[in-house]
Amino acid sequence: MKVLTLNFLTCAVKSCKSSSDSFPLHPKDAELVSDDVNLNPQLLVNLLPRIDWNALRTTSTELGFPQLPEQPPSAEELEADEKMLKDLHTLLMETQINEGKLVCGHCGHEYAVREGIANFLLPSHLV
Amino acid sequence: MASSSTAALPSSSAADAVAKLTAASAETENETEPAAAAEAEAEAEAYERTHVHGVYEAIAPHFSATRYKPWPAVAAFLRSQAGGAVGFDVGCGNGKYLGVNPDVFMVGSDRSASLVALARRRWKELQNRQATADASGTGGEASGAAVTTDAMVADGLSLPFREHAADFVICVAVIHHMSTRARRQDAIRQLLRCVKIGEAGQAGGQALVYVWALEQGSSRRGWDEGGEQDLLVPWVLKSQQKQQKSRKGAKGEGTGDANAADKSGEAPPTPAAAGASEAAVAPSHTDPVFQRYYHLYRKGELEEDVLAAGGVVVSSGYERDNWWVVAANGLFPHDRR
Repeated sequence: MKVLTLNFLTCAVKSCKSSSDSFPLHPKDAELVSDDVNLNPQLLVNLLPRIDWNALRTTSTELGFPQLPEQPPSAEELEADEKMLKDLHTLLMETQINEGKLVCGHCGHEYAVREGIANFLLPSHLV
Repeated sequence: MASSSTAALPSSSAADAVAKLTAASAETENETEPAAAAEAEAEAEAYERTHVHGVYEAIAPHFSATRYKPWPAVAAFLRSQAGGAVGFDVGCGNGKYLGVNPDVFMVGSDRSASLVALARRRWKELQNRQATADASGTGGEASGAAVTTDAMVADGLSLPFREHAADFVICVAVIHHMSTRARRQDAIRQLLRCVKIGEAGQAGGQALVYVWALEQGSSRRGWDEGGEQDLLVPWVLKSQQKQQKSRKGAKGEGTGDANAADKSGEAPPTPAAAGASEAAVAPSHTDPVFQRYYHLYRKGELEEDVLAAGGVVVSSGYERDNWWVVAANGLFPHDRR
C-alpha cells in the first residue's frame, strides 16, 4: 500500500463517509518498506493538484517523515526543484506500508494490511 | 467478460434463486420492517458468496492465466485519460488494466484476495524489470515510465475510496455477478460516488462499465434475446498440465503453478483469451466444475440501471458479447446515499 494510495482512501463504512474524521485513515503499527520505482517527474507534477495536501501532511508526520510545508509547491516550483521531486517521489511512490493497520478516526475500525495489501472487507454488522 | 467454460446451459436453479431473492426484497419494500430488508440483503450476499466470491477464490490462478490481455476498447479508454489522472479499477481481478497507461495513477480493488495478490505480484515484477532495465541501460520494452499502481481487497458495494476524487473509474465484467437489480444499481451508484462531479468549465469524471450481454447471437454459448437472464455458468478447472498439452490426465488436481503460465505469456492459446476452455475438449469427470452466477444484461438495461443510480449516460454500445456504458454524475449527485 503506497502512501499515495492512502491519500485516496477513507473508511469503507457508509456512515463514516460524511465525517471528516474518516479521512485520512491513520496507520498503526506500520512496518514500512521501500520499493525501487523509476522517477516520473511529469506524473508527479500532474498528480499534485489531485492530492489532498493536508491529508498527506498528516500521513507523512504519522509515518515519521519530516514535516511537509503547509502549502503544496506550485507545478513550476516542483518542476524546478529536483530535491523536492525526489523527496515526494520517495514518500508517495516508493514508500509502502507492508504490514500494519489502517484506523478510521471516526468509527475506530481497523483495517489490516498484510504483505502490502490492505483488506477493506467489513464484518457484517458494519455493512 | 466472456467465460471460459463449456457451453453453459441455462440453469433453472439460478433463475429460481434470483426470483426468490427478488421477491424477498420486493416484499420488504412495502413493509416497514427494516429487519426483513436486511435479511433479504443478507440472503443475496450469501448467494453471491457461494456463486461468485467462493468460485473466484478457488479458480483465481487458472482464471488469471486466461485473462492476461486487456480489451482494446477498455485500453483505449485508459489511454485517453490525461496525464496525472487518478483512476480506480473496481473488480480489477488480476490487474491486467492497472499498467496500461503509465501516465496515470491507478488503484485497483477486488473482492477476491487471491486475485489481488496475483495483481500485486504482476505489477511488482513489471516494476522490477523496469528498474533493472533502466539501471543497466538496456532499455527495451520493459523500460520507460514506471508502473504506478496499487491494489487492495474491497467489496464493490462498500468501497473505501475518497468520494468524488477520481478522474475515471472502470468496472469490467463485475456488476453482472450481483444477484439482484437493486444491488446492481447500487454498484453503479458506488462507482459514481468515486468520480469527480463536473463543475463550470470542467467536465466531471467518467465511469466505464462492461457487462455480459444476453444477446450473443454470434457466440457459441447459445444465448440470445428473450432467453433466461439469470444463469449459473460453469467454470471447468482444468489441470494446468493438461492445458499445457502434456497428457498427464486430470488427476493432478489444482491448477499447478499459474504464475509460470503468466510469466511465459503462453497461457491458454486462444484468440480472445477468454474462450480458453471453451475451445478445449469436454471436461473429464475429474475436472472440478464451479458454478458462477451471472445476470446477462438485455439491450437497454445497463442504461436504465445508470439512470436509476442517479447517473447520466455519456455513451454506450455493444462489443463482443458485452454491453458497455460510459456514465457520469448527474446534476445533483450529493443527494445520493
